[in-house]
Amino acid sequence: MFAFSPRTPIDYHHVEYVFKKAGRTRTVSMWGKKKDEEALPPPPRQAPPPPPVITESSKKEITPVSSMPIRNAEPEMPKNIATVGKSVAVKGQIFSREELLVDGEVEGTIELVEHRLTIGPNGKVRAAIKAREIVILGSVWGNVEVTDKIDIRKDARLEGDIKTARIIIEDGAYFKGSIDIVKPGEAVKPAATPRPAAPAPVQAALPSQAPAAASQAGHPPAAGIAGAGAK
Amino acid sequence: MLTERLRTILLGPPRASLIPPPRPIYLGRGRGLPNEKEVIETRASRGLDQFFSYIKDETGLAILDLSGLTQSNVDFITSLGHKLYTEDFLRSLYATFPEESDQMNSGLIERFLNENLNYEDDTFSGVLVWDVLEHMAPPLLAATIERLARIVKPKSYLLALFHAQERASSVPFYSFRIADSKSMTVNMRGSRTPTQILNNRTLEKLFHKFESLKFFLTREHLREVIVKR
Repeated sequence: MFAFSPRTPIDYHHVEYVFKKAGRTRTVSMWGKKKDEEALPPPPRQAPPPPPVITESSKKEITPVSSMPIRNAEPEMPKNIATVGKSVAVKGQIFSREELLVDGEVEGTIELVEHRLTIGPNGKVRAAIKAREIVILGSVWGNVEVTDKIDIRKDARLEGDIKTARIIIEDGAYFKGSIDIVKPGEAVKPAATPRPAAPAPVQAALPSQAPAAASQAGHPPAAGIAGAGAK
Repeated sequence: MLTERLRTILLGPPRASLIPPPRPIYLGRGRGLPNEKEVIETRASRGLDQFFSYIKDETGLAILDLSGLTQSNVDFITSLGHKLYTEDFLRSLYATFPEESDQMNSGLIERFLNENLNYEDDTFSGVLVWDVLEHMAPPLLAATIERLARIVKPKSYLLALFHAQERASSVPFYSFRIADSKSMTVNMRGSRTPTQILNNRTLEKLFHKFESLKFFLTREHLREVIVKR
């Protein structure tokens, strides 16, 4: 299919070969990332396998496959990203000094004051959240305070009050609650917000109890959940 | 073939813009949200103009939008310095009342209002109701207006839209976005069977607890109604 001409800068087949030799399990995409991959934050980086031991004999076998400098094919991903996987459920407080991806269930509070929180498509969070930036693809029940930006994607669900400097909304997202735009530099202060008429305390419900809890929009989940644990 | 080529040379290529696009039709039972191809246009809105003229000089007001979360509405209202509350009223309506007959059930009505209009009295300084009231059967509609009257501050305003064509068996299904303080983007998403068509007299009766109503007829045969509490 491809006719290699003298103008061809890199022989991509050879490039792929080089990565396989280096022991990488991920294939290299020549034509850019797929849309789905771009929508999601990149998965946590796996520890690379130990480099192959190069002996004298193997050194001789390695032949240069291209004289062009090869760019690092790793996608741009945050160096430090903690993950709550989709089969993980956490009850309690999460305080993180690095970016966090929640694709499982969290109940309690989440605080990432200087970092980004991503709620993945499988994420179900019943928590009061404070972060620098939040991207929501899954479901959140609870109040959200963001110092920079909140990004609510299509199919996301958020029930609670938002305080943010900026908000990005994709059509199709479900939101129930209030939006308070706090200009940068202005301290996020507790506003005298009108509260629902019957402020019944929300039990920190499990996702199976979602319909009942969904009716309590704007209410944070029960505060003061002590301890943390994964089940 | 030769004739067509000759016509093209003499008159130019046929102008596709003269051919009107097919109108999307949603002939469901009037239930659920149609997913047809959308027709979008931005037009002037006297109702929106009036609504924002009442609140433009103030900031920090609580405004309720019943059309759910949209970027343009959020941007516009928060840019005025107001706090926006949103309820995705239609989505909840169709989830709570799968059948139109369910809207007669007083228990379900109470649950629906407690889930979707659960605010203290005199909370809001303005409510963007859009056309959601038209999707309701009489018992639910009366209860909803009663609740709106409670949660809206005295001397504040509601903007509601109603179809003006009485006895229509099918009406267009719209969604609305604020373009600026005097115009809105009307997004026609299909057609639906109306639950009920309300004339001016009926509306006056429904909003009898409010101080005044003002009607503006639009070119889509919609009535924009400004209701003062």
